[in-house]
Amino acid sequence: MSDFLLELRCEEIPARMQAKARGDLEKLFAAQIGEAGLKAGSIKVYSTPRRLALIASGLPEATEAVSEERKGPKADAPEKALEGFLRSTGLTRDQLVEREVKGNKVLFAIIEKPGRKASEVLAEAIPAIIRAFPWPKSQRWGAASISTESLKWVRPLSGIIALFGDDVVPCEIDGIESGSATLGHRFHHQGEITIGNASDYAEKLRACHVIVDHEERQNIIRDGAAKAAADAGLSLIEDEGLVIENAGLTEWPVPLLGRFDESFLQVPPEVIQLTARVNQKYFVVNDGAGKLTNAFVCTANIAASDGGDAIVAGNEKVLAARLGDAKFFWELDQKTTLEQHSEKLKNIVFHERLGTVADKVERVAKLARWLCEEGIVKCDADMAEQAARLCKADLVTEMVGEFPELQGLMGGYYAEKQGLDPQIAETIRDHYKPVGQGDDVPTDPVTVAVSLADKLDTLTGFFAIGEPPTGSKDPYALRRAALGVCSQILASETRAPLYRIVDFALSPFIDGKSMTMDLFLGDAAAKIFEGKKAANALAARNSITNFLADRLKVQQKEAGVRHDLIDAVFALGGEDDLVRLLARVKALQAFVTTEEGANLLAGYKRAANILKQSGDVASDGAIVDDLADEDRALLSALDAAQPKASTAIEAEDFAGAMAALASLRAPIDAFFEGVMVNDPDEQKRAFRMNLLTRFRDAVHRVADFSKIEG
Amino acid sequence: MAMTMNAPTKTKPLCFQDMILTLHRFWADRGCVILQPYDMEMGAGTFHTATTLRALGPEPWNAAFVQPCRRPTDGRYGENPNRLQHYYQYQVILKPSPSEIQQLYLDSLVAIGIDPMLHDIRFVEDDWESPTLGAWGLGWEVWCDGMEVTQFTYFQQMGGFDCKPVAGELTYGLERLAMYIQGVDSVYDLDFNGLPAGQGGVSYGDIFHENEVQMSTWNFEVANTDTLFDLFKKSAAECENCLEKGLPIPAYEQAVKASHTFNLLQARGVISVQERAAFMGRVRDLAKGSCEAWIDKNKERWAEKYEGWSI
Repeated sequence: MSDFLLELRCEEIPARMQAKARGDLEKLFAAQIGEAGLKAGSIKVYSTPRRLALIASGLPEATEAVSEERKGPKADAPEKALEGFLRSTGLTRDQLVEREVKGNKVLFAIIEKPGRKASEVLAEAIPAIIRAFPWPKSQRWGAASISTESLKWVRPLSGIIALFGDDVVPCEIDGIESGSATLGHRFHHQGEITIGNASDYAEKLRACHVIVDHEERQNIIRDGAAKAAADAGLSLIEDEGLVIENAGLTEWPVPLLGRFDESFLQVPPEVIQLTARVNQKYFVVNDGAGKLTNAFVCTANIAASDGGDAIVAGNEKVLAARLGDAKFFWELDQKTTLEQHSEKLKNIVFHERLGTVADKVERVAKLARWLCEEGIVKCDADMAEQAARLCKADLVTEMVGEFPELQGLMGGYYAEKQGLDPQIAETIRDHYKPVGQGDDVPTDPVTVAVSLADKLDTLTGFFAIGEPPTGSKDPYALRRAALGVCSQILASETRAPLYRIVDFALSPFIDGKSMTMDLFLGDAAAKIFEGKKAANALAARNSITNFLADRLKVQQKEAGVRHDLIDAVFALGGEDDLVRLLARVKALQAFVTTEEGANLLAGYKRAANILKQSGDVASDGAIVDDLADEDRALLSALDAAQPKASTAIEAEDFAGAMAALASLRAPIDAFFEGVMVNDPDEQKRAFRMNLLTRFRDAVHRVADFSKIEG
Repeated sequence: MAMTMNAPTKTKPLCFQDMILTLHRFWADRGCVILQPYDMEMGAGTFHTATTLRALGPEPWNAAFVQPCRRPTDGRYGENPNRLQHYYQYQVILKPSPSEIQQLYLDSLVAIGIDPMLHDIRFVEDDWESPTLGAWGLGWEVWCDGMEVTQFTYFQQMGGFDCKPVAGELTYGLERLAMYIQGVDSVYDLDFNGLPAGQGGVSYGDIFHENEVQMSTWNFEVANTDTLFDLFKKSAAECENCLEKGLPIPAYEQAVKASHTFNLLQARGVISVQERAAFMGRVRDLAKGSCEAWIDKNKERWAEKYEGWSI
């Protein structure tokens, strides 16, 4: 048993790729040696910006010899069969063994596979691992890259250490030969370091200012940054993402505390944190009271000769410049009111066929107002309209120009500073939400009105100009907008008649002069078929509501709702109230999981089958003489259940509707037990078919049970 | 190539022009052709034909030059100490990328007075992509104490073609580096020529402040947008005209013109996010077309001279 050390040294690996790379290295290595029949006692993987390393402990010196026995043809088999067997085993006739199998003489090949030296296996494994390495992005480099077939790596690969025990495992890939030498810290150490074996690797590197264990570096950064803040009487805002990123950027991390001018604290804390974190990878720091303060912690990659003073001074200057920009924008933006900013939206084209952003704002304001006036969203229509008119104003502010991810948030701040109603500020801030899964879904009614209006305008607009998402292409993020609409309606339990709403949202695109009919017909056709306007509007509405329904389905499936139940309710069609739709799905889910529900489903399937096989039989349902009790029982049960179910559905009491259906279970079971549907008497048969049709229809009032599995 | 690790001498830091001269000497000593700036308005040194066109094809190419860059939207009327609509990049292009390219670069920093034992120099992931040039590469932004001082890229594609072989591109932000080295907080305070004030000393502000004020005003407020839209169209048309006549270099120049005109339109705030994509697509097509024509013109000669090379 020996230990194996592999180090793949290259130019700086992006920090964000290192964790996955470690996992990939371990997996690929285990798979490669496993294929050859080797297994390590344990495998550890490490990364720094400049190296990926793997230590496999307790690796056997050789694979075990194996003897494989293969059964061949009978001893008296034709020549051809024997030839084939010999070819496939690589043996000659006299090397085969004869054995008795069930009274027949059968030939067997005994194939001996000698053990292979582990070093040979490793020498083959290393280039295979390198070639197969799944970097998210890789590159070519150097003279060899005159061919696109040259080696690819995340950044140029510059050296390989491969040591099995104390010996180099010789291998070569694209001119890079394995050895035992590596480099230490880029600045703290000059020249090559020779590694003896796996056990001295980490310590030799440490002596040359490289901490190869990423977890150790993470600890140094986590603890060191917290300590730097604590030493100044402050408390670090923990950020594990930054810990990992900084550990991926350093081989010898040294956290250092710096300061910035207090006057920058006027700028919103989100802006400061974003500037420090995203642009500079600095931690930010709270004071004792939990408020952001004028300190930051950067992580240097060197124990500087002056103790880090110059580094801190340099970083302070960089952050000051960045915050200076931010403060300048913050102040400049406030010299103009949001109303004035909004004016400039006239100069920004939203989409060449959908007008400017100002046009969009106008439509959103009208739609938001209408949603309130119709009582769909319960809030003050004037306030919703005002908020809508201001919600995009921050797009032309300097701050959002610099940090686009602050859209909305900045508008909210500026609205507050301007002394606008806090609810308006909140609406401006939150109207883009939810932007992704897990994002907050606003429920404040003014925000809901504006947010719905904004998203619906985007959806209807792009559908109207014939730009719905196709396949994987969704350049205007319409799926996200649709999902946002669904989440918002459900979270705020807004009773939204989608057909009417979409019709209203579509109206500017249908009636307006600029982008009317060519939407669905093309210019020429539009002129001729003026009268088709209504039909086109209907087609657009249907594709938009179907699109919303599809998004809702996806969302609910992801939330764990049974997809067949969703399908069963959606298949009914004609439902445009998402809250009601979902209430029905939930009631159905509760029902079909009960014993009654399951039995009713079984009865339904049987009825549906019979109806399908016989084709629908026309019958007026007239009572026939000489009916069985079961016929009459089912008839009266249906007479009782149908109005009950209908009333319950009208009242949106879906549990009640299910209960009404449940009352059919015993009669339908008894019916199938007691009578024969295909009675020789034509009239009886027709009557019974009619009963089954009624039963099926009653069930379909609640959901399309044919879509339900099981 | 061993790095010099001597403690910094406490001499006066390099002035702006000496920094350029030092870099010229440094890269000339390492086999680079020292070129002059391209005499056209462009957004980055990468647009210089010594980078774009020379990055294509198999011929070795090592060059260094200063390129003035115009970024109209970055103008701040001379009021921001760090932002300019006109500034200088120092551009080095090494093809094929040498294996010691990182060390060469670090040595150049030492040459202009940055002590790597005193400062924190880091290679931070920054993949480079120029949609307008149909180009991309992998590399880093090089940080010095948290400040980005250089863009370091291994070109993988240019004008939509694979770079064979790959070139290494170094783009130094000269003003930032100089501010760092000289320890000044405003670009306008940079010592340009190393003489004391009052005795012939000239600052960066003496030369460029008024330029920033006037050009910012023009870029943001004055430039006639109808003229610019027209200019864009005409450059695009002329580029296509050149391409038809099999003249990749003039075609490329027209593409560069269109690109700069587009940048001016952006500064005038008359191009929306959606339109932006369409304009950039147009410029990309022009630039790609020029690169394609350049390759077409040279490919037979290249294939003959360099065995194993193909498009």
